Amino acid sequence: MSAPVPAGAGAAAGTGGSTAGPGAPPTRRGTELALLAFVAGMVTVALVLVEANQEQELTMQIVYYGVAYLGLFAAAHFAVRRWAPYADPLILPCVALLNGVGLVMIHRLDLSGLATAAAAGKHFSVQAPKQVLWTAIGLVLFVLILAYVKDHRTLSRYSYTFGLIGLFLLVLPGILPSSLSAVNGAKVWIILPFFSIQPGEFAKILLIIFFASFLVAKRDLFMAAGRTFLGLELPRPRDLGPLVAALFAAVGVLALEKDLGNSLLIFGIVLVMIYIATERAAWVIIGLVPFIGACLLSFHLFTHVQQRVANWLDPFATYNQIGGGGQMAQSLFSLGTGGIFGTGLGAGHPNLVPEASSDFITAAIGEELGLLGLFAVMMIYLVLALRGLRGAIAVRDTFGKLLGGGLAFSMVWQIFVVIGGVTKLIPETGLTSPFLSAGGSSLLANYILVALLLRISDSARRPRPGTSSRPKLPQAPLAEASTIMVERPQ
Amino acid sequence: MNTPLRRVSLAMMVLVVLLMVNDMYVQVIKADSYSNNPLNHRTLLTEYSEPRGLITATNGAPLATSVATTDSYKYLRQYPDGPMYAPVTGYFSLVYGASGMERIENSILNGSDDRLFVRRLSDLITGRNPSGGDVQLTIDPKVQEAAYNGMIAAGYSGAAVAIQPSTGQILAMVSTPSYDPNGLASHSTTTETNSWAATNPTSLSSPLINQPVQAAYQPGSTFKLIVAAAALNNNVDTENNADLPSASAITLPGTSTLMHNDDGETCPGGSGGMVTMKQALAASCNTAFATLAGRVGASALAAQAQKFGFGDNLSVPLSVVPSCLGPSTGGNCLNILNGTPGLYQSGIGQLNVQETPLQNALVAATIANGGVEMQPQLVKAILAPDLSTIQGFTPQVMNNNVMSPQVASTITDMMEASEANDGTVNKDPNITIASKTGTAEHGNNPKNTQPYGWYDAFAPGKDIAVAVVVTSGGSFDLATIGAKVAAPIARLMINAEAGGS
Repeated sequence: MSAPVPAGAGAAAGTGGSTAGPGAPPTRRGTELALLAFVAGMVTVALVLVEANQEQELTMQIVYYGVAYLGLFAAAHFAVRRWAPYADPLILPCVALLNGVGLVMIHRLDLSGLATAAAAGKHFSVQAPKQVLWTAIGLVLFVLILAYVKDHRTLSRYSYTFGLIGLFLLVLPGILPSSLSAVNGAKVWIILPFFSIQPGEFAKILLIIFFASFLVAKRDLFMAAGRTFLGLELPRPRDLGPLVAALFAAVGVLALEKDLGNSLLIFGIVLVMIYIATERAAWVIIGLVPFIGACLLSFHLFTHVQQRVANWLDPFATYNQIGGGGQMAQSLFSLGTGGIFGTGLGAGHPNLVPEASSDFITAAIGEELGLLGLFAVMMIYLVLALRGLRGAIAVRDTFGKLLGGGLAFSMVWQIFVVIGGVTKLIPETGLTSPFLSAGGSSLLANYILVALLLRISDSARRPRPGTSSRPKLPQAPLAEASTIMVERPQ
Repeated sequence: MNTPLRRVSLAMMVLVVLLMVNDMYVQVIKADSYSNNPLNHRTLLTEYSEPRGLITATNGAPLATSVATTDSYKYLRQYPDGPMYAPVTGYFSLVYGASGMERIENSILNGSDDRLFVRRLSDLITGRNPSGGDVQLTIDPKVQEAAYNGMIAAGYSGAAVAIQPSTGQILAMVSTPSYDPNGLASHSTTTETNSWAATNPTSLSSPLINQPVQAAYQPGSTFKLIVAAAALNNNVDTENNADLPSASAITLPGTSTLMHNDDGETCPGGSGGMVTMKQALAASCNTAFATLAGRVGASALAAQAQKFGFGDNLSVPLSVVPSCLGPSTGGNCLNILNGTPGLYQSGIGQLNVQETPLQNALVAATIANGGVEMQPQLVKAILAPDLSTIQGFTPQVMNNNVMSPQVASTITDMMEASEANDGTVNKDPNITIASKTGTAEHGNNPKNTQPYGWYDAFAPGKDIAVAVVVTSGGSFDLATIGAKVAAPIARLMINAEAGGS
């Protein structure tokens, strides 16, 4: 990518790129807007289906909702057009679709929640309006980041600050008394007077920024060969510091907050970022060994880990216990009843799964939209992450590559942990699905994440000011992407 | 750094593929097992979210209906005459599943049956609320009410079955004491649990047991009809040939065990210690019929019983337990044990002979129908929600030669003679009845256990055959004999169907 360009090629490209207009790579903002309109249409149709199947009145209001939704994302689109014109055109529509599907599903669960509560004479607080509010706030945050973070490299200046804040946020709920941090047994919250936040969601991003910057700075140290063992080049023990720190943080989170999900999430991301920085598989193995050890140890030490594993191995054996396999079993019932094509939006019973609107929203999607719907959602996440990663590959600076790589991987890694847990591939850990799940912290954090990805991809494709001789390489990542598919080693 | 980044993108694809493969396992391969898991309430919720089809009597009177409610299960199953029709309708319960026709015809009633597919499709397109099809039964409320109310009024436990001999339509199927399926169909788990407990479900005498088809009792003297048919069919004896002993007691061959006639009387009407088959049947003489069974032989008797349907697993479509001559071994229960003494005892419907009330009604119906046995059926029609007929009623011959028409006519003649000795309670003088009573000893202490009182009958020319068994209750207790307890109920049923015409 950053290889020296032959003079001829540079000159050839320069003839086109010297003038700002026709020679600059296409911004593809029109594509983005068209896709957003398409997404808005799809989400509106989904809403109509929910209302029809839940026997609600079909009014013009649904159209207004659709228009409002389109308006919200059109605003985001114009911010991108203004501040990150060369950003990838697929990322924002992917996000919009996930957020829209999430909103429709949360609204749908609200309707059955209201019906159940009404029958039992209880109160039920709806979640969809809050989620709409959080979406709006998330988009404001998204626009602010695009507007004020003009260059992602400025972030690396504050990397230690971010790292410290991230670590602090990560462990804070564990230190706080349960009355200020525990909701339903998970000590991952900070409970404030008017709302509560899950600081782990933000800590994840701050730590990714810190590690990207840290690894770029110390890259040479990591690259220095230690001794060779069994054909693996081992790093020098003193270079293991950050890895050990990450391990401690992960286990600490696990111990203090009973939060399997975040520890698994953060440790996996750090491991992959170290691999990207060092290009050495040895690091992954070195990191995995103590992590597996820590997992085994925590399995022996912590009953909540044992419970999760027992629920995973056989959810029906512990079906009736409190904290037992009931939720897992309900998730499997939900998915199994949905089958390949699903029951149709609003026609199933996803409300029977506890936490259906947050941690288990993918089970709700699997039930009502079926295997195909859940596959589509996973593909959207994959496209989102791959487009983000494409930006990382194309961007010129190593910090940007590492940051983009870490953020993109975190997206897929998180849905692997979440959907893997929901579908009983791995033990259930209690994380939210980015953009789908109800919850303000998750939405805000992920809009920050996406803003950073867009910033990186914009910087990758933006013609460098003053360097008209720079060859344009917009097609290269695409070509590489397809190469990746072909050269799959296994 | 681009090489590891590309590898990471490969790793991300692998992660997603792993998720997809696993999801395919959950949503395709394991889907049925999860969706049918008893802990999964979705199937039930879906079933309850649409009105379930009606179960009606033959005249269209509703026996089971669906009523809209305001709770999360949108439709409540109701049974207007619950206990009376419970043996037929069964129950439809959230907690305890379904039984009876509710279970057998579930796919029609809930609308999932393939025969309703086109209908469902059009519901989908027109947006009409989908609902299940109706099941119209052959049950005639007149006969059912007569039997049920008669049994309840007299305080009898037992069963009553009526069959239309020419078609096999089951006109009545009563089991007492009964239970109220409304309690089990309640949407309140507490009500359901209490109703379930009230039926004493683990007891052998639980009302949940549908006695007409699920209980087999010693038929006693009603079995003599089958012995007579075997003897006449195989030309072992004739109606008026006085060659059977009239002695009040005989010794079972090869043993010192005595077999007595009821009340120790000598079979009336005989001459020279001998009676005819007609005289023996009319007075229900054990010694004569045990001897006759001995002459017929075990294999011929078993063959005749098999022709009537013994040993079969009938489906009407409620499944009927097989009626038997001996213990069930290797799928066969037609072997009479204990050699000739066993054959003698079996010939009067004792020892290991066990017959369901339905089978016994079928014996009477077959004789009434001239030896042609019609398949008993409970379903008259299956109707789509718009009441168009999906499946109508077709009479089916189960066995067209259980006995020759002459033999059937001879036995009818003998049964009319028998009826003359069976009392006159509830008797309509305008209706001729051919009948056979039975009083079967059972249990470990037969002399002190109330016997099963049976009555098999049909009204020649009136197209109804009935079997009634009273297993306990009433004021007759140990003195119960079929003629006194069962006959009045059966006559009420025959009068209900044939009277006034």
